This record gives sequence, structure tokens and C-alpha cells, in this order.
Amino acid sequence: MKFEDEPVPGYPLPILPGHVSPGRLERVLRSGAFTVTTELDPPDSADPEEVIARARIFDGVADAINATDGSGANCHMSSLAVCALLTHIGYAPVMQISCRDRNRIAIQGDILGGAAMGVCNMLCLSGDGVQSGDHPQAKPVFDLDCMSLLRIACKLRDEHQFDSGRKVTHAPRVFFGAAANPFVPPHDWRALRTAKKVAAGAQFVQTQYCYDVPRLREYMRRLADMGLLEGPMRLFVLVGVGPLRSAKSGEWMRTHVAGVHIPDSVIARVAGAQDQAREGRQLCVDIIQEVREIKGVAGVHVMAYRQEQAVAEIIARSGVLAGRVPWFPGRDQQQQQQQVAA
Amino acid sequence: MVAVRLWSVRHARGLERFYAAFERAIVALHPLAQRIGYEHLEKPVAATEKVVKGLLFDCQMCGQCVLSSTGMSCPMNCPKNIRNGPCGGVRADGHCEIKPEMRCVWVEGFTGSQRMREGKDRIQVVQWAVDRRLQGRSSLLKVMREQGAGASSS
Repeated sequence: MKFEDEPVPGYPLPILPGHVSPGRLERVLRSGAFTVTTELDPPDSADPEEVIARARIFDGVADAINATDGSGANCHMSSLAVCALLTHIGYAPVMQISCRDRNRIAIQGDILGGAAMGVCNMLCLSGDGVQSGDHPQAKPVFDLDCMSLLRIACKLRDEHQFDSGRKVTHAPRVFFGAAANPFVPPHDWRALRTAKKVAAGAQFVQTQYCYDVPRLREYMRRLADMGLLEGPMRLFVLVGVGPLRSAKSGEWMRTHVAGVHIPDSVIARVAGAQDQAREGRQLCVDIIQEVREIKGVAGVHVMAYRQEQAVAEIIARSGVLAGRVPWFPGRDQQQQQQQVAA
Repeated sequence: MVAVRLWSVRHARGLERFYAAFERAIVALHPLAQRIGYEHLEKPVAATEKVVKGLLFDCQMCGQCVLSSTGMSCPMNCPKNIRNGPCGGVRADGHCEIKPEMRCVWVEGFTGSQRMREGKDRIQVVQWAVDRRLQGRSSLLKVMREQGAGASSS
């Protein structure tokens, strides 16, 4: 997909009527195209080249790249800095904001700062507990939770005010999203909780890993029944997917990573294969093809931690981009050269 | 005490009814409290509240009670202090991601809210960020003062 008003890389797109951000992700979602987002694991390094190299892996595959914010409560380069490096060369990152490490003063500052650096998408999260990471002795902040964070973020954008009521002169034009996990208890409440996030200001959600499609279908049906998936204020649901490296790693994930639900049948399918990694990728392709048929699913969020190289193959084999090439630095020059050569 | 806390969630409906009557009674006492002076009442009332609500709900004295909106399960017992829970880390058995030995306060809260009359809808209302200045102060006096003032001005 090529926008007619494609700017010089690093500059914002014009904000279309009915849009809130000058970003590519909102454009693609609102165009109705099946959208692909993915996740970049920020380096344990101060080298900007490492960030760029990690983003390049997703060229031509992803419409937006999440930069995690100390995921699993482990220390890495900050999401804000990763996003700033990426927007500088035109990528569309999703800045993750966790409430674990910063209070409302720091977070509001980061929202303004991120927007000033060209970040158009931010994901508001409560965050993992510090116990699960490499600094369990740290003080957990949790001054806000994901919903009060969404409220405060939207107040900055829509009312041009800090939580304190003090005015900001230039509001951040940001597409705010949240996380959802339809796969853990209390199941009856998961769709309602997403509705609560929408009421707090979320315009898109990215879900936890989906290995249980029937449960996702039920969740989507409930969202649709509440009318959340249609109209100009609709919610965009990006379903989290990812390849299992092996049955053993699947087993490890479901026992050690908070919120990951993998049914026994899925583990058994991977365990039964000769080449487990290959089967894990095939399973991911199958799940993508299954979820794209569910009414209201706007796209997928591919999380392939330490298997980032596999994302391009998975997306290509799933066929969800239908020939579309998401923007990446140099895409249009490449296409021009091909045309000239032809 | 977890056992008592769970009892409170099981009796959320009764507690809701009791609190509604109790709130009406204390709001009616607003003129009296004004005469005595709210600041004089703060210390003894907060201390009493801490004991009673501590026993019933493991109250953490945030000073801005939302039990009527959280199925009578105190959200400040959530290790992430989530007032709009539950988070996505709840274990398959309904226990907490951070404290595996504890039932998720929001799994409890959701069950409690379904037993309540108004609490059922109130749990869907987004709670604003906590005012940390109120930590340790009486939530009851806050309700009394705010609603009492509202009643006398209208």
C-alpha cells in the first residue's frame, strides 16, 4: 500500500479526517487492510545500529513495530529511545508504556517527548511485576494502572491538559492502544474488560499469544455483540501470534511466562513432529489463517522472541498481506528502480 | 486475613445493602461532624476504620474506598495496585501472577460484583488514578464530608 501523500521519511503524514494521529499504523488499520505488527526486542546495549539492525529484519513485512518497555521486568534500552531512533528513519513504532517503573509525572513527560520525536502509536500497559525480571529487588511503582494511564493520555491529547489540569500548548497526536488477554480467567469478564479499556480511550488492542482459537472466537463475538467492532469509533483488534520453537519451549512458556495459555493439543501437535521448529512455524501460519477469518479481527501481532528471522517467512506463507508491501526505508526507491529496469 | 476477606466477597450483596444504609446514616451526621470539626475526628475514625475494614477486607487505607465498585474485594491488595483489573497475568487456577499462593483479588471481585445489585454495573466504570495524598486517611469521613456538603447545598 502506497499513500499518495507519503512524506519524506522521518516526517509525519497529514492527519486525515476522523483520524487522531499522523501515523502509518492508523492509516493502514482504517483502510481496512489486514494489518501486521510485530515486536522488537530492545538491545542490552547503547549502540543505535543494533536497534536499526533489529528493525530491518521486519522490512516489507510489518506495518508497525512494537518497542517493548522492559518486557518481563528485564532491563533493556528504553522504549522511548528505540522509538525515537526508528521514527527518525521513517519506521512506525508502537511505544510501550508500562506503569511498573514510572509515576504519572514521568509518564506524561514521555508521552509528550515520544510524540515530539514522531511516535504516533502508544500502547498503555500495567506491566509485569518486578519479581519476574532480572531486578526483583527493585521498587515497583504502579502509580497508575493501564486504564488510568489511558485516561490521562487521552486527556493530554483531547483536552490538551496534564492530569493536574495545567495546559499543554501542543497536544500529542497519538493513536492509543492497550493489551488484552482473552485466554486467562475470569473468562466471562475478558470482553467486558476490553470494553472498559475502550471507555478509557483505547482505540486498538494487541492480544496475548493466541493458541486457542475457539476462545478467541468467543471473545470476538462478545466484542461484536457490544458493538465495539464497527462504526467510526470502532476498536481494532490485533491478535497476538507466535511460533513455538519446540514442544519443550511451549511447555516452559506456559508454566513460566505470566498469562500465556497453550492447550495440551497444541503442545502435542508440535511434539509429534519430526522437525519441531518447522511445525511450530506451520502452526503459527495455520493460526493466522484461522483468525483472519474471524469477523472483526483487524490483523495480527507477531511476537517471535529470538526467532525474529522467522517472521517474514510466516507472514509470506500466511498470505495475509495479499501482495501488499508495508513501507520500509528505501521501499519506494527500490520499486522505482525495478520499474526503470523493466 | 484471607479467610475473612473471602467471606466478605461471598457476602458482597449483604454488605452492599448494609453499606447503603450506613452511608445514609453517616451522611446525615455531617452537620454534627462539622460542629466537632472533621480534623478532630480524623485520627479516631481512621484508626477504627483501619481495624474494622482491615479485618473484613484487608483494607490498605488508600483513603478513597471503591469496595462498592470492586465486588467488595479490595483492589489495593493487588500487587500491581490495579484499580481496574484483572491484569493479563492471572493464572489458569485464578491465582495471582506475582503471589501464586493468593487468589487474584479481581477474580474474587468479579464474582463478588455479580452477587451485587448496583455493584454489577459499577465494576464496569473506569476508576481514575489514585490520589496518593489520601493514604492512611479515613475514607468514611471523606464520603461524609463530600456527600454531606452536596446534600446541604442542593
